[in-house]
Amino acid sequence: MIQLSLPASRGELAKLRAGDAVLLSGFLYTARDAAHKRLVGLLGEGKPLPFELRGAAIYYAGPSPAPEGLPIGSCGPTTSARMDAYAPALLRQGHNVMVGKGPRGAEVVEAMKETCSVYFAATGGAGALLAMRVKAAETICFEDLGTEAIRRLTVEAFPVIVAIDAEGNSLFSA
Amino acid sequence: MTRELNVALIEQAVRDLYIEACIHASPDLRAAVRAAHARESKPVAQEVLGQILQNMDLATENGLPSCQDTGLCVVFLDLGQDLHLIGGDLNDAVNRGVARACLEGRLRASSLTPLTRQNTGNNTPAVLHLRIVPGDGAHLTVAPKGFGSENMSRLKMLNPSDGEEGVKDFIVETMRLAGGKPCPPVILGVGIGGTAESCALLAKRMLLRPLGQRAEDPRLARMEEELLERINALQIGPMGLGGDTTALAVHIAELPTHIAGLPAMVNMQCHASRHREMTL
Repeated sequence: MIQLSLPASRGELAKLRAGDAVLLSGFLYTARDAAHKRLVGLLGEGKPLPFELRGAAIYYAGPSPAPEGLPIGSCGPTTSARMDAYAPALLRQGHNVMVGKGPRGAEVVEAMKETCSVYFAATGGAGALLAMRVKAAETICFEDLGTEAIRRLTVEAFPVIVAIDAEGNSLFSA
Repeated sequence: MTRELNVALIEQAVRDLYIEACIHASPDLRAAVRAAHARESKPVAQEVLGQILQNMDLATENGLPSCQDTGLCVVFLDLGQDLHLIGGDLNDAVNRGVARACLEGRLRASSLTPLTRQNTGNNTPAVLHLRIVPGDGAHLTVAPKGFGSENMSRLKMLNPSDGEEGVKDFIVETMRLAGGKPCPPVILGVGIGGTAESCALLAKRMLLRPLGQRAEDPRLARMEEELLERINALQIGPMGLGGDTTALAVHIAELPTHIAGLPAMVNMQCHASRHREMTL
């Protein structure tokens, strides 16, 4: 099993191949539909973003509320394809790791190749298992969005599979 | 003879069943995923199915929802015609059950106004399907529905000339187009016939059938087996990462339809197939 620390360097990402099983450790920023819309809106207006996108790993997830004694509730990935409309613009700002589930569109794959980025698949529906790998969670912006707020997660040995590598090789059938 | 039933009991049952369904995977689902895991020939697919099984145990051990998408709360309520409901408005009681489950069970609030995207904050309202049946009992099924899979559902009003082959092709095409998006391995609930809305509801009801049980009608049972084989031959695999396990089951039912029509609906269900029932 490959271990990868986040944020990850371009060199480390370039070595990964579609199909590799990887354990992620470090920071993951949660963002899904509504947060993406806001981030891309801010970019369009030329306004500063609420966190440093360069080298950021974004996890397409909206967790359930944390029960007492745990940093987060159930926390599996949501369908990545809904973020396809926004992902290329964010990748071109230096964000280079995406974690979600399901296939991506051609524009995303093109932007990934251009920016040497990697798309990891986590197991959808494995929300309890993935929550156990989250050691800390902090809401950093868009709190009004509830579950869709952007949180910085500190993860340890978070299990994923390289679904599309930086050369555009993909596990998904066309 | 009329029996009285206080809607407070329905509220409590909705609350309890909703939380329980979100946390505890049912035995038939565990058995179906375990069997798929044992059969699977692709290592990545085996890894994913192994995680799904492990997740079921961790959810139960930690009292966490197995999936963070605790859905919209679909409630099927069959009320006996000799039953008299007391204690207030039934719809309010069901919604109170949903709201309490969301708050007390730490479920995710996903319900919102479609165009303004304003969240209701507690997963209300429930999607309530009522039926009046003989007797004086109340049978309640709570089936939280996640939207990764719901989004991949499709209705098609086919032509009678399309026939059975056309319906089967539509079902396989629906899976092919969905690919890895609905969190395979999935269960396909299929309704054939009726009107657009009765066909859609029938497809949803088909998701409540226990896994491993075939349609009673041997003609439909054969169709289910054939479609399951065709769908798994697509090799979409768990989470769309390739493999032998794309669907765990296809459940089909029919309704009489119009001489001019042939509606077919696929309600897509991810592997987090959740439903709990109770008779009051």
